[in-house]
Amino acid sequence: MEHQQQHPVRLRINGQDREFNVESWVTLLDLLRERAGMTGTKKGCDQGQCGACTVLVDGKRINSCLTLAVMQDGREITTVEGLATGEDLHPLQQAFIDCDAFQCGYCTPGQLCSAVGLINEGQATSRDDVRELMSGNLCRCGAYPQIADAVVKVLDMRDTKKTTEGFTTGAVLS
Amino acid sequence: MNPFAFTQATDVDAALAALLDPDTRPIAGGTNLLDLMKESVMKPSRLVDINNLGLDQVEEKDGGLLLGALARNADTAYHPVVRERYPLLSSAILAGASPQLRNMASNGGNLMQRTRCVYFYDVGTACNKREPGTGCPAREGLNRQLAILGTSESCIATHPSDMCVALRALDATVHVRSMSGARDIPFAEFHRLPGDTPQIDNTLQPGEMITHITVPEADRFIDHSAYIKVRDRLSYAFALVSVAAALDLDADGTIRAARIALGGVAHKPWRIEAAEEALVGQAVGEAAFLQAAETILQGAQGFGQNDFKLPLARNAIVQALTTAARGTDHARGLDAQGEQA
Repeated sequence: MEHQQQHPVRLRINGQDREFNVESWVTLLDLLRERAGMTGTKKGCDQGQCGACTVLVDGKRINSCLTLAVMQDGREITTVEGLATGEDLHPLQQAFIDCDAFQCGYCTPGQLCSAVGLINEGQATSRDDVRELMSGNLCRCGAYPQIADAVVKVLDMRDTKKTTEGFTTGAVLS
Repeated sequence: MNPFAFTQATDVDAALAALLDPDTRPIAGGTNLLDLMKESVMKPSRLVDINNLGLDQVEEKDGGLLLGALARNADTAYHPVVRERYPLLSSAILAGASPQLRNMASNGGNLMQRTRCVYFYDVGTACNKREPGTGCPAREGLNRQLAILGTSESCIATHPSDMCVALRALDATVHVRSMSGARDIPFAEFHRLPGDTPQIDNTLQPGEMITHITVPEADRFIDHSAYIKVRDRLSYAFALVSVAAALDLDADGTIRAARIALGGVAHKPWRIEAAEEALVGQAVGEAAFLQAAETILQGAQGFGQNDFKLPLARNAIVQALTTAARGTDHARGLDAQGEQA
């Protein structure tokens, strides 16, 4: 049966080359958790609404629940397990601890990967930008102010005023 | 998800050949299609991956802009040419979805995304768009998000895109190909009203695929454009009402040209050119803008929960035009000195 076909998928996950054979309908999220045994990446809504499954693909943050593993063949994946260097935490991980940026912690792996992606993108020039550009990650405990604190701290933003033209939210702010 | 076969197309012709099978769907970002497949709203028997067709350009062409169908929404919105020459388009794209989704979602997919009407998504309910002839519970049900213009007895769904609202205002063209050739579809004719065939979202024909989108030169609107999106939370929510507004002004504030398109109110981006023509020669100001809003919203009708959209749309049009008149930088949250407003 064509539907039962297994597809070979090669991924470099957190610096390690891995090979898998997966059915077409296996999402990247399910591959990471169930085939690669890396459960740091969380399944929240499985619909791209909560951001708990955020990982970096070739350095860009995406929702791993909304892409097929077979579509990512050959890519480099970074999950929360890959952020620290040995025993040294990633600066964002340390900032999350320092700023008390979580309560239950379920959204934290996605928040961290999203924040790494935000910094890679280089578009945030103010705290408001950080809030806007972290909006794809829900935190049901409501740690949003502390999460923004942590990201702002790592970005080393002393002045929250925009000094250069930033991106726009399109939102009605008044 | 239902089982399906998967193939990767290596060139456009191979993709088009695969699309001759009506049960085959193209997949690009997958952000809407996979969601719909998980909910069993769409059940294609085969997906063809079209991400490797070399259709990911964002570039200036013939004085205007060419957007590859496979270019990502984020790469499009942040592209220097789009930011500098098409701030309305950049703003609209960045008002949609989340950074993660914009990194995945393609430009072609943005046009092809389906309505987020809750009945369309819930396979346990009737829906004329999902199962033609079963009825529309939305008319007397949960319609807070739904349309007030261009509705039909069979469907009151909205098209959920922000990007498309700007593309409509900027007179974009959708370029499509099939095995039998290429054709160009003016943006106004791409999405359609539901009528009695709400299962058909747009005028793309079976076997056709979007290759790219072009936007004509629009430099006269650079300094005075605004995308206003009103939603239930400040970010990462679909529009209740959105307005793409662009003005070309004389030195004394007289309107030389105007563009106004609405999202969140109809089955397609809503634009009434007569309202724009009536603004030409007038001074910017609330009186003129209210008149435009009245023309655009002629025939608007609520269905109970979404009655508030009538005054909301009127006010959003006035605010978008007022904001555009004050200047694009103001619309971006910056005042004239580049400081945050």
